[in-house]
Amino acid sequence: MSDTHTEDHIYIVGAGHAGGELAFALRQQGYAGPLTIVGDESHLPYQRPPLSKAYLKGECEATSLYLRQLAAYEKANISLVLSRRVERIDRANKKLVFDDGREVTYSKLALATGGRARRMTINDAARAERTSNFRYLRNIDDVMAIRARFEAGQRLVVIGGGYVGLEVAASAIARGVKVTVLEALPRVLARVTAPQMSQFYEKVHRDAGVDLRTNIEVTGLEFNAAGDAVTAVHCTGGVVIPADFVVVGIGLLPNTEVAQAAGLDVDNGIVVNEYAVTSDPDIVAAGDCTNHPSVFCGRRIRLESVPNAVEQARVAAASLAGKPKAYDSVPWFWSDQYDLKLQMTGLSQGYDQFVLRGSMENKSFAAFYLKQGRLIAVDAVNRAQEFMVAKRMVVACKPFDPAVLADESVPLKTLAGPVQAAAPQA
Amino acid sequence: MSIRLSVVDRNGGEHEVETAPEGSLMETLRELDYGVSAICGGMCSCATCHVYIAPEWLAKLPDRQSDEGDLLAELQFRQDNSRLSCQIQLQQEHDGLRLTLAPEE
Repeated sequence: MSDTHTEDHIYIVGAGHAGGELAFALRQQGYAGPLTIVGDESHLPYQRPPLSKAYLKGECEATSLYLRQLAAYEKANISLVLSRRVERIDRANKKLVFDDGREVTYSKLALATGGRARRMTINDAARAERTSNFRYLRNIDDVMAIRARFEAGQRLVVIGGGYVGLEVAASAIARGVKVTVLEALPRVLARVTAPQMSQFYEKVHRDAGVDLRTNIEVTGLEFNAAGDAVTAVHCTGGVVIPADFVVVGIGLLPNTEVAQAAGLDVDNGIVVNEYAVTSDPDIVAAGDCTNHPSVFCGRRIRLESVPNAVEQARVAAASLAGKPKAYDSVPWFWSDQYDLKLQMTGLSQGYDQFVLRGSMENKSFAAFYLKQGRLIAVDAVNRAQEFMVAKRMVVACKPFDPAVLADESVPLKTLAGPVQAAAPQA
Repeated sequence: MSIRLSVVDRNGGEHEVETAPEGSLMETLRELDYGVSAICGGMCSCATCHVYIAPEWLAKLPDRQSDEGDLLAELQFRQDNSRLSCQIQLQQEHDGLRLTLAPEE
């Protein structure tokens, strides 16, 4: 092989939250060379969390979802190639092949490919996807289509009782839509939270007027005579639910195919080390698409979360800039439904004790998850201050006395220890 | 008509920033290459858009709501003049506002 010296040009594949953050972080880390983000949507990198909340309710415009406006990219000299998919990575020649056949040469590469909505596997799903009133929810265009149907009295069937499905339900109820939520498992949020939390959210939704059904599987869809619209959802037990439109939120699949085809290690996500570097030292990855080691959890995890996307993107940028720093963040998440501000820190999987502090009835509480006595996660509802304290408690990974955690006469902050003294300000 | 803000970055550098008096202060600050990360996008959930407001401007801003105060209360770098910039809607009368970006936690 010839010793070809290629000019520096860092490409970022994926124009989501991680991709956008990575580009600006690279500039902050001092990389001044050519830098291009390639994204398959027509939009500048934008925030997805409001898609199932404020944006769905029509409370904000698409441009206010953008992480930064176009002028910021121009000023930072970050090029954008939008509405373009990367079809292939040719690692031997360090080339990217776009879906229009164009090829470019990279010096270093960042994969921030995110994920896509998991599709239904029932026979009728493929046909339904060609209609106008059946949508998955992942991007701005999906929400534009869904919210156009948010009219009082319209009948919406939400398939999937995860955070996306429940947030869609809450947003729809606020607009006077008649909502049915169908969850195949015995409870909503089953994979991410305790039965007590599931029960709480089920009650909140039912009290708001949602027809929420669990333990019910979708078996088929009914179409109108022209075949261009879904008219009903068929479920186990012969249940038929008429629908004016259907929204499906049954999870996310990481976009790893291009990485896998290029021979990178992939295992439920693109495998990266603590510096966000893949099995190819010239390629980093960040965000929902990565399988990364978590110092906090003591195992490899893949997260679907904005804080992870942002913080891992900065770690990836530092690696590309030759200033590696290890990723050691504790996962955290949030979900807004109705008047409930839910903030979560840590991962509750594997807990053996659930401790409630406060009152579910009053919609103000914190739920503590312990494993062998040690605190591993906290869900806080309408308790922002305790959430901030809980973040510090979870980081400490220490044992706590359940009776004291539940005792509201003991301020949580006395358990966590004081906030570190602030550094002197100039 | 646009307004001008005086922003001190985390290294002490002073910047004059011209912006439209609409949206939140956070939305203006996140456009800057030295700006705020604003991870939650303005939901008052993360406290990553923390700023210090110049004392003479504090009284001219709307009061903190409870969520904002709750989040600020537990920040390592909290000061009496701390605010979350996502909770401040920019208006014409904010022309001249002076602020300093708080260190990242």
